[in-house]
Amino acid sequence: MSDPKKTSLHAKHAELGASFTDFGGWDMPLKYGSELAEHKAVRATAGLFDLSHMGEVWVEGPEAAKFLNSALAGNMAIMAVGRAKYSVICNEAGGIIDDLITYRRGEEKFLVVPNAGNAPVVAAALAERAAGFDVVVTDASADTSLIAVQGPASVAILHELVDEATKSLVSDMKYYAADDATVAGFDVLLARTGYTGEDGFELYLPNDQAPALWEALMNAGANHGLIPAGLACRDSLRLEAGMPLYGNELSLEGNPFEANLGPIVSFKKEEDFTGRKALEAIKAEGAKKVLVGLKGLGRRAGRGGYPVSVDGTQIGAVTSGQPSPTLGYPVALAYVEPAFAEIGTKVDVDLRGKPEAFEVVALPFYTRAK
Amino acid sequence: MSKVLASLRYSAEHEWVDASTPTKVGITQVAADALGDVVYVDLPEVGDSITAGETCGEVESTKSVSDLYAPVTGTIVAVNQDAIDNPAILNEDPYGAGWLFTVEVTEEGPLLSAADYASANGGDVA
Repeated sequence: MSDPKKTSLHAKHAELGASFTDFGGWDMPLKYGSELAEHKAVRATAGLFDLSHMGEVWVEGPEAAKFLNSALAGNMAIMAVGRAKYSVICNEAGGIIDDLITYRRGEEKFLVVPNAGNAPVVAAALAERAAGFDVVVTDASADTSLIAVQGPASVAILHELVDEATKSLVSDMKYYAADDATVAGFDVLLARTGYTGEDGFELYLPNDQAPALWEALMNAGANHGLIPAGLACRDSLRLEAGMPLYGNELSLEGNPFEANLGPIVSFKKEEDFTGRKALEAIKAEGAKKVLVGLKGLGRRAGRGGYPVSVDGTQIGAVTSGQPSPTLGYPVALAYVEPAFAEIGTKVDVDLRGKPEAFEVVALPFYTRAK
Repeated sequence: MSKVLASLRYSAEHEWVDASTPTKVGITQVAADALGDVVYVDLPEVGDSITAGETCGEVESTKSVSDLYAPVTGTIVAVNQDAIDNPAILNEDPYGAGWLFTVEVTEEGPLLSAADYASANGGDVA
């Protein structure tokens, strides 16, 4: 194994006393102090995340929309300029290579954002699938930083760093939209997206400018309760929001229908896309297992890999589980047999030999007050 | 850097014991820091027998769950209800308010000095 990669903000994290963890081949901040405090800050005020380990792949050219429709499972061609869309990229068997966000930056210009560890694979798959299309695929991952401000104070924090005209752009921006903006003097791609279940923004910019923007956001956010937030709370936040994580809920062995992502697969679009035939068969046959939310009725949390059973018979397994800091009870995502997926179904999670009572509940576990 | 108190002795599994009778037991700051925020502790009950080197409970953090190993053999005299009610004190004060239980010791397990524990696990002896 080669040494883990470092983002352009690594020194900032070290200065802030972060403890680091290897994630997708990157040496990333796990937490700066208490992951619970960071989690609560994102729910109550704001947290600042370094997401520079995520990939950034530009797709440009006259056939960009058509190409993405053939490469990804969703319908990218119907997306308006300025909007963003969540999708998956599948292999021929319908397995999920990655889940990703795609921003439409122009009629013929898209930005695809894959997950850290998958970024090289996704970039390679896109480059390969681009053959025969009038399109240029550019992997800008190594040069691009991504900083996320997440939490109810996000708008107020950004307002301190933009001019009067941009203030309304920030506050009026729709969820899953993006625009060019100047923040603290830096030209960024400003997107109202995130992975925490809170209001928030993600800011893309060149690596060499990221440390100064991070600093500006930290300073502007200080009076709004913003603190730096690491991957530990990012995981508990996304779990509360019921969002799948690649490697836990999503994998090459799984498919979108099992993961409740059926609605984002477009069979209506005219383009043939990688995995289409397999996914049509999977849909017709019905999923063998389904992703559900589990609420713990006791205090103990289920963890990834723990068996889920009913009357002593295993009917599935937990993929992610933690005590929910916001809700005060354990939550988990689990794949179970479809017969046991109904809301209210009582199941046991095997906590290393001891069964603990859980109940199937609707996802997401947590929804922010609008 | 996590603190290792010179006045205590330690198990290889990150429990500390003090020199009093009955003996007080807790987990080290090294362990608490590595676990992250502790959200649940499962402790033996008063009157239970515990055996050095065997599991006697669990400590659960937001990210993971770890076994608690008995550093000594003996009978539980008292358990810290505050630690059960407010597990965060294991992070805030692992050598003080975050103690776990006291034991009437009949036999000690292998215990390390502060210096030996710190050299094996990192941490500053204070």
